[in-house]
Amino acid sequence: MDTRKEKFPYGIPGHNLSEIEREIPIEEPPVWPVNDKLKIIGKRVTRIDALDKVTGKAKYTSDVRLPGMLFAKMLRSNLPHAVITSIDISKAESLPGVHAIHLIENVQKEGEENKNGKYPMVKYVGQPLGGIAAESLEIAKDAISLIKVNYEKKPFVIDIESAMEMGAPIVFDEPITQQEDGGDVGEVHDGSKGEGNVRGPSTSSFFGGPRGDLEAGFKEADVIVERTYRTQVHTHMPLETHGVVVDWRPDMMMVYASTQNTNAVRNEMASIFNLPKSKVRVFCDFMGGGFGAKHSAGSFGPMAANLAKKSGRPVWLMLDRQEEHIAEGNRPNSIQYLKIGARKDGTLTGIEQRSHGTAGVALGAGVGRIAQILYPCPNFATEQYDVLTNAGPGAAWRAPGNVQGAFGLEQAIDELAEKLGMDPLSYRDLIDKSEVRKVERQRGAKLFDWSRRQPAGSGKDVVKKGLGVGQSTWPRFVTLDSSVEVKIHNDGGVEIRSSVQDIGTGTKTILAQVVAEELGLKVKDITVNIGDTFFPVGPGSGGSVVTGSITPPTRNAAFEAKKELLKLVAKKWETDVVELFIEDGQVGSNKNAELKMPFKEATKLMRTSQISKIASRSDDYGGFQQPWGLAYGDLGSVQFAEVSVNTDTGFVKVDRVVAAHSCGRPLNIGQLESQINGGVIQGVS
Amino acid sequence: MNKFSWYEATSIEDALQQVNSTVSEELYQPTNKASVFKSGGIDMFDWIKEGLLKPQKIINIRNIPGLDIISYDPKRGMSIGSNVTLADIASNPEVKDHYLALHQAVNHAATPQLRNMSTLGGNIAQRNRCWYFRSADHDCFRKGGDRCSARQSETGENENHAIIDNGSCVSVHASSIATALMAFNASVVIINVEGEKKKVTMDDFFVTAGKDIAMENILQAKEIITEIILPAPTKNTKSTYIKQVARESYDWSLGDVAVVFEVSGNTCRSASIVLGAAAPVPYRSMEAQRAIENKTINSENALAAAEAAMKIARPLAKNGYKVPLFVSTIKQAILEIS
Repeated sequence: MDTRKEKFPYGIPGHNLSEIEREIPIEEPPVWPVNDKLKIIGKRVTRIDALDKVTGKAKYTSDVRLPGMLFAKMLRSNLPHAVITSIDISKAESLPGVHAIHLIENVQKEGEENKNGKYPMVKYVGQPLGGIAAESLEIAKDAISLIKVNYEKKPFVIDIESAMEMGAPIVFDEPITQQEDGGDVGEVHDGSKGEGNVRGPSTSSFFGGPRGDLEAGFKEADVIVERTYRTQVHTHMPLETHGVVVDWRPDMMMVYASTQNTNAVRNEMASIFNLPKSKVRVFCDFMGGGFGAKHSAGSFGPMAANLAKKSGRPVWLMLDRQEEHIAEGNRPNSIQYLKIGARKDGTLTGIEQRSHGTAGVALGAGVGRIAQILYPCPNFATEQYDVLTNAGPGAAWRAPGNVQGAFGLEQAIDELAEKLGMDPLSYRDLIDKSEVRKVERQRGAKLFDWSRRQPAGSGKDVVKKGLGVGQSTWPRFVTLDSSVEVKIHNDGGVEIRSSVQDIGTGTKTILAQVVAEELGLKVKDITVNIGDTFFPVGPGSGGSVVTGSITPPTRNAAFEAKKELLKLVAKKWETDVVELFIEDGQVGSNKNAELKMPFKEATKLMRTSQISKIASRSDDYGGFQQPWGLAYGDLGSVQFAEVSVNTDTGFVKVDRVVAAHSCGRPLNIGQLESQINGGVIQGVS
Repeated sequence: MNKFSWYEATSIEDALQQVNSTVSEELYQPTNKASVFKSGGIDMFDWIKEGLLKPQKIINIRNIPGLDIISYDPKRGMSIGSNVTLADIASNPEVKDHYLALHQAVNHAATPQLRNMSTLGGNIAQRNRCWYFRSADHDCFRKGGDRCSARQSETGENENHAIIDNGSCVSVHASSIATALMAFNASVVIINVEGEKKKVTMDDFFVTAGKDIAMENILQAKEIITEIILPAPTKNTKSTYIKQVARESYDWSLGDVAVVFEVSGNTCRSASIVLGAAAPVPYRSMEAQRAIENKTINSENALAAAEAAMKIARPLAKNGYKVPLFVSTIKQAILEIS
């Protein structure tokens, strides 16, 4: 492979911005300079679909209406733990307007007696049991109420502490396993270990497991903080609920989905219905939000497909608010025990973490990896347990596990600082070796004016003020299986195609920015057609992978397409292609200022009606993924909060938050601010 | 949601001819044959969507002419038609000038979208928000059942519920506007099918659970609210309203207080103190009123009045926080008067 060496901007602007040299394949485009020297990248560009969204022109999955389409409703259990003895659908079947009924049944192997009974055991309120497709949603709902399910009730347990007790009703009496879904980078622990409802522990870490000697570490400590912290369950509640419209045509299954991962839904539907991937098309044009729970086809996807198959009609199946709360995922709760030891001078000598959390009938209630990585400490061990309860399944929720883990750890660090008689901010300066967060602390503290902070007990009023700081970190991931097609049409149009969906953060807009920057055009000149699995595979919107995964191949595809177009211009001008560039919609030459051709004119030189280039995410070429490097411990955020507490009523008010986040190269300042604002608002509410 | 017919009432008489039941009657003892009124529809459609109310006919009284007028006369006071939207009250300058506590209460009620849709008549006649009452999966005395899940000390989710007069039902009234209206000694004007008009005070409009578990107000099937009348304030009338919520932008009240005083200087000559989200109906605290009347409005006396109000509080397992909440809020509201 022919390579060349290139210098990349590296570091924190205004602090230590420097260059880093990488050896890259010869065909890679030249490095972009810092944002100040770019025209569109890093600027405040209005979302390309802003008007469509605020005027209601944007059509979301729930807005899809197809000829002959039926509306479906799920049948759900209203008991937390039961055996279904029989289901009578006769009344529902005979209701006028009902076209199809599908009940979920245990798969029965040929020649084997089905020891589990005909229907799956009910483990939580809201568990899907079946569905009905009818001519209207109202008829479907009425029909659902006409189904008679006969249950044999079983004892149940719904809270974590009762579930951990000896003799608690057992949720699963067998080892369980669970696959991680789509872009979920949260950890699903091993459900085969453990006793009763308590499964685990998981003791894994980025570095393989426990490290050092905890006992020796705590012996060395002059000060020890030992605390238990709790966080509650959160339900997701995106504005648009989960759901699909399935149009199962003779030649292909078309799935309109409100999803964070078109590709994963496509793969799941293909696998469930034994179809080739090429015969399933998943489409998500506008996405009404998702916080991690919309990576899979769920139970509603296959249900809609089964109803479509039975009825021979397209089927709309969107869930309602109640279903969202009880059955479509939540951030599990946590009970975290933390023991942290330090010497008098503040040096950490040991961190011990033990957590329990319940994701209901699912696994994945850990507290992430923040305690092992935020503050380097030679002695560390974690034990993370999943507790099964008769409640709806948890799901990935914005940095799964990390939020709970950060809450516990940062509380404990504050308490440690207090015991050591140190200011919580300067204590973090002492024990946090991340250069990124150091700068975030400095800049944040200045904006926030941390120096105002008074010792505890200083306020004499009923309403007391508190100033606090908290930190977090999240690894940098990329999905190498991320591809984009850039097309230049011979009418001057430029099109971007990928299966990547815009979760709402503005993915469409940044893709247009990247291509406009590369092609010397305006953002409005670029058409973005994404969220369609008939196009090259893009990443799922999870784990903070999208922008870092999909913008490099987008630029590469645009670069390749441009090269091909410029070759045609070079031929016409009888000059060398390397002299040519496109700026402000004009092709020009470095050598001869006289030579000018509008982009649109240039596209008329094409022999075929389009130039099409597909690029996939390149390697990082010796990049960032190394322990304690940028990828793991170093990135992250520091947030400062000013909070008032009315000591008479107990009311808490968040008066002000200053958030400093590391984000790599910012592509669109407005969207970046929105994303951070959204995170902060979600965090306090 | 069941299928129902829709009737567009053109006059009060027309509407009263059509109606044969109330939402409350239907919730207590469903016939599924009722013809009921709908004004803004905010509360009613929730019940229909939950499947707890299945009316045969909905009589839309929203477009009856003449019920959407606000008028103010310095001598006679203010009249607010039952179909006036909360948004109209919220932006009415005379409400702000003469009935500050009402202005504050309306501006803190629901969301801007809901205020555009909901009417004052519907607001004061809406049913309580106890989640067991509103759940098709739960029993409730107010739905003719024989069990109250909210009251259960171990399992009852009663953090939003009543701390006063909670012997028969632990719900709290949902209208925070009613708190302010009652403090202003407002009256409700009701017409029946015979064309007879009656004017009842807010205190008499609401019905305690102990008196009738099926009802939260006195409205009968063949009756309609036409207007709400607020007496004219004097130059010595002062008022304020405070609503405590978990989320400031919009939320149900955890405890709200309306205070209307006649003052001379810094002394309270007569007091009207009403608590919302404290009891199954808006609760006038005679204890607090007595404690502050003819007293100087100061921190000490305000606290004494607030504490007097809470003497009769009997919190449930999860709403003990409401007692200090009300003490603090009543005190703050009284002090805001000065």
